[in-house]
Amino acid sequence: MFGKTARQDWIFLAIFAAFVLSMPVTLAPIGAGYPDLLQKFAIYGLFAIGFNILFGLTGYLSFGHAAFLGVGSYAAVWVFKLLTVNAVPAVIFAVLVAGLFAAAIGYVSLRRAGIYFSILTLAFAQMSYNLAYSVLTPLTNGETGLQVQLLAQGPVTDYINQDVRILDQWLGVKEVGVPSPSLFGIEMSGWPGFYFAAVMLIAGMFIAQRIFRSSFGMMLRAIKSNQTRLNYTGVNPRPYLLAAFVISGMYAGLAGALLAVIDPLAGAERMQWTASGEVVLMTILGGVGTLLGPFLGAALIKYAENIFSAINEKILHATFAWLPDGLQNAVVEIAGLFVGKGWHLTLGLLFMLIVIFLPGGLMEGFERLMRLFRRRGGAHAEREG
Amino acid sequence: MRNDKLIINRRQLIRGAAGGAALSVPILHFVREAYAEQYCNMPTGKEVVLGFNVPQTGAYADEGADELRAFKLAVKHLNGEGDGGMLNTFKPSALKGNGVLGKKVAFVTGDTQTKSDAARASAKRMIEKDKAIMISGGSSSGVAIAVQSLCQDMGVIFMAGLTHSNDTTGKDKRKHGFRHFFNTEMTGAALAPVLAKEYGTDRKAYHLTADYTWGWSQEGSIKKYTEALGWKTVKAVRTPLGAGDFSQYLTPVLNSGADVLVLNHYGKDMVNSLTQAVQFGMRDKQVNGKQFQIVVPLFSRLMAQGAGEAIKGIYGSTNWNWQMTDEASKAFVKSFGKEYGFPPSQAAQTCYVQTILYANACEMAGTFAPAGVIKALEGFKFDGLGNGPTEYRAADHQCFKDVLVVKGKEKPASKYDLLEVVDITPRSKVEYEAKMLGGDLGPVNMKPC
Amino acid sequence: MDAFLLQFLNGLDKGGAYALIALGLTLAFGTLGIVNFAHGALFMLGAFVAVSVNKLLTLEKVVLDPTRKTPWGEPVEIRTPYVETWLGDFGRFLVDWSVPVSIIAVIPVMLLIGVVMERGLIRHFYRRPHADQILVTFGLAIVLQEIVKHFFGANPIPQSAPAMFAGSADVGALFGLPPGTLVYPWWRLIYFLFAALVIAIVFAFLQFTTWGMVVRAGMRDRETVGLLGINIRRRFTTVFGIAAIVAGLAGAMYTPILPPDYHMGMEFLVLSFVVVVVGGMGSLPGAVLAGFLLGVLQSFSSMTEVKAILPGIDQIIIYLIAVIVLLTRPRGLLGRKGVMED
Repeated sequence: MFGKTARQDWIFLAIFAAFVLSMPVTLAPIGAGYPDLLQKFAIYGLFAIGFNILFGLTGYLSFGHAAFLGVGSYAAVWVFKLLTVNAVPAVIFAVLVAGLFAAAIGYVSLRRAGIYFSILTLAFAQMSYNLAYSVLTPLTNGETGLQVQLLAQGPVTDYINQDVRILDQWLGVKEVGVPSPSLFGIEMSGWPGFYFAAVMLIAGMFIAQRIFRSSFGMMLRAIKSNQTRLNYTGVNPRPYLLAAFVISGMYAGLAGALLAVIDPLAGAERMQWTASGEVVLMTILGGVGTLLGPFLGAALIKYAENIFSAINEKILHATFAWLPDGLQNAVVEIAGLFVGKGWHLTLGLLFMLIVIFLPGGLMEGFERLMRLFRRRGGAHAEREG
Repeated sequence: MRNDKLIINRRQLIRGAAGGAALSVPILHFVREAYAEQYCNMPTGKEVVLGFNVPQTGAYADEGADELRAFKLAVKHLNGEGDGGMLNTFKPSALKGNGVLGKKVAFVTGDTQTKSDAARASAKRMIEKDKAIMISGGSSSGVAIAVQSLCQDMGVIFMAGLTHSNDTTGKDKRKHGFRHFFNTEMTGAALAPVLAKEYGTDRKAYHLTADYTWGWSQEGSIKKYTEALGWKTVKAVRTPLGAGDFSQYLTPVLNSGADVLVLNHYGKDMVNSLTQAVQFGMRDKQVNGKQFQIVVPLFSRLMAQGAGEAIKGIYGSTNWNWQMTDEASKAFVKSFGKEYGFPPSQAAQTCYVQTILYANACEMAGTFAPAGVIKALEGFKFDGLGNGPTEYRAADHQCFKDVLVVKGKEKPASKYDLLEVVDITPRSKVEYEAKMLGGDLGPVNMKPC
Repeated sequence: MDAFLLQFLNGLDKGGAYALIALGLTLAFGTLGIVNFAHGALFMLGAFVAVSVNKLLTLEKVVLDPTRKTPWGEPVEIRTPYVETWLGDFGRFLVDWSVPVSIIAVIPVMLLIGVVMERGLIRHFYRRPHADQILVTFGLAIVLQEIVKHFFGANPIPQSAPAMFAGSADVGALFGLPPGTLVYPWWRLIYFLFAALVIAIVFAFLQFTTWGMVVRAGMRDRETVGLLGINIRRRFTTVFGIAAIVAGLAGAMYTPILPPDYHMGMEFLVLSFVVVVVGGMGSLPGAVLAGFLLGVLQSFSSMTEVKAILPGIDQIIIYLIAVIVLLTRPRGLLGRKGVMED
């Protein structure tokens, strides 16, 4: 699709990086040019890109990836509470913890394939979610969510509500109120947080691209196309699968850590099956097995969630003010079904339409457009497989 | 923070200039504004924007819809439209009926989905994109606490909607957060004496508790106050959130020797557990020579509607009910009913009141700056908003007022006539030391965002 | 001991619901090879058919009474149900029995919904990857939910069982236990019997009719059956319709136990998939067995004695069982080789 040569890969990456970094300006006209939403684009994009390394290449559909995202968030917040509010150690630690967690779950789940694998991952994620909400409250703070708190004055009796931040204290950092995560002094909320996440996204895209192009990636694709044949050639696919599973778990952990960096609160609902389902939808919507698709799918869903849900009657009336009164009310009435509290309906219809008409997701749509364009161009109509 | 902003803006500026003059004009404008801004989202135009963050999808969508109705009504009244509602009864009032501090009140809305993540995302959108200076709403304590700490970090005011856990103004309280709704502590203090009067002091209670923060808070408060009056707690069992079918938790109650069942559930869990408990014939049972009873410490009219027949005769507490006969409540019901054709819920009342109180505090302070608004709200004493004389306690930003003990009505006259007020517990009986619940308000946050 | 028996009854009751939902899911899956994420929505639609029937029966004539006013100054409405004025006592009986009566409506309505769904959407997805099927049916589930929410609101709507079945039955007396030691709500007993009956009918249908034989053959090997010149497509439509009816019946009869709201299907969806997989994909007896097994184990795990040893076990038991079963019996309890493994 986006070229097979190294040079084309670099061009693709450069365009991607330029687009991601310029989103604050380029996406402003469609109302998406504010930090929180763009942060979510970058973070969930990363999550979906990582998920796609497993699902897109090997065809193994994990229904429990949100667990790794949640674990990453919890790990990062614990680093903020115990060591330092600097984002770097938190991110590293979270990725490692998520990787370990993924290795454990993957080792067990990969003993089965197909829907049995999906249900195993789902079961592990749901167990993590249910326990995080109840029995594991001393670790997760249950429904309220784990937060960064004030420094403890005197002996610590309760690590959920009293923080120590050993490293920061050792370095002699003075704190006023509850500190925010930072990168060597730059606070990670707002735009700096977006640029931090964006750099991670570009790095994540680069790594994903390398994996897609590597012999490891070829091996994963071979697993997807015919595992039996692979077995006959004397290759044991399990280690490759486990590696892919752990890598994509680490992507999820990184996404979870970034969520905690831009907003230091980790809640259990991040691990619920609906969150796992969301990343599946993002990936399919964008285009399974493509590099760019998962990012586009993630951005589209987050855009719908944040922008459609915020449109209320007042805005609709303002939009359709140019229509005559009676017609205006009718149009607002109908449009009102799909926005505001009805934005789920739009989402549902969107899923159906895209799957029915564009089975390859948004990327297939683009490809068809491109092909149409080329054919119009006429001179050298290519035939593609 | 100011410096980072500058760097980013300069970068944007350069990019914008390259992109063309058309793009750079608004960015220049933005930079100028950022320089002048003394606190987060300082209103500079003719309008002031409030952000209403309510559950529009999910289990609490109906409650959220009612909250949104109340917010819209409050904005109308603040802008001097409509019949003025409780603005006419509220005293001492600094409001002039021409918006707030001469600026017209505008609002934006968001969907919390009753999830902390989604709620914080939509609050952030309202603050970052729509420049909201105050956020209000909520229908769950977890969400309220999450949004409250976000507002603290970003430097805007949070006027909590429906949230009942002690923690909101207890261990998770914040300088920028204010709660008008009551909490489990007050429920315990108000409900226990009524229960003792109705059911006697020699009772054995069995608790079923939703296994999360609010449930534990509620269970603790009810235990504390009923045991002080002589009740015994046989057992307290935690149930998973959203269990749907509670039969496996209800059956052990039958043989436990308990003669009261306390359901520390809210929302759909409460509707399900109560309906099923009644189905198990618990209310027809005789235990220890006494009639078996069920208690639901917190309920609302909307939930009573969901529980149908099962709620009749059940005791609980509520923040406000539309059948209150004071002038303020009557004015509010009239104005809400005229607008929407049915009476408001307790969630609607608390959201309406919070919006009015915020606007009034701005007028009192003469500024939208958080420092001034917080100072005006702290220790503010008022009346005429439906709950009688009320005080915003400075030490924890919790409103102290009378608490209503209610009972599901046996013979409702209409489908809205579901609760019957059995006791109005005076404020003095439900008051406690702010220190008791722990937590720390922290500093005022005046940094620009 | 009686606590143990009570939990066993609870388990059977819960298992009845799980088994019914899983049965429909397996029917659709085993014959058509479709992973239907909208199956929970069918359960929910069944419940709302019952709600609608109740609403229809209690449609009220509204008369304004200008002498009395609401607090906001409009005349008070006086409502009297039409059915009562027209039919008198029989009308009242109908309203009281609205849940069982609604079954008459559920069967045709759900059959229609099922057929329309299969013809209009599902049919085009037989040859598409499972991921596509999941996404499109999930989208459909959301759309159905939102439509129901638009008309009925988000709050649960209480439905009562007929007054005859209110209260509890003294089950213990049947086994010679002293009266009052083992009482269980009538409606829950009826639900269990109803579930057993529906399951029996579906099995009998598949086992003893030629029609069922062809469908079973189709489950084994669709292509060969097609080669034999049998119009398997039409049968598939019917199978999907039956799956929808079973889900709808399960939902409608469940309403007195769980006041229905638009989201109830989603809550059962994940659980029913776990049940199906534990039973073995495509195995009807497996689905039923797993439904009851998981229901009973879930009930036992929430006993205080059990929770004292394993805290939090009631929160994870279903998933834990799923993991154990899948690791020890790769294809579920009664699954066959080669189903859904590619």
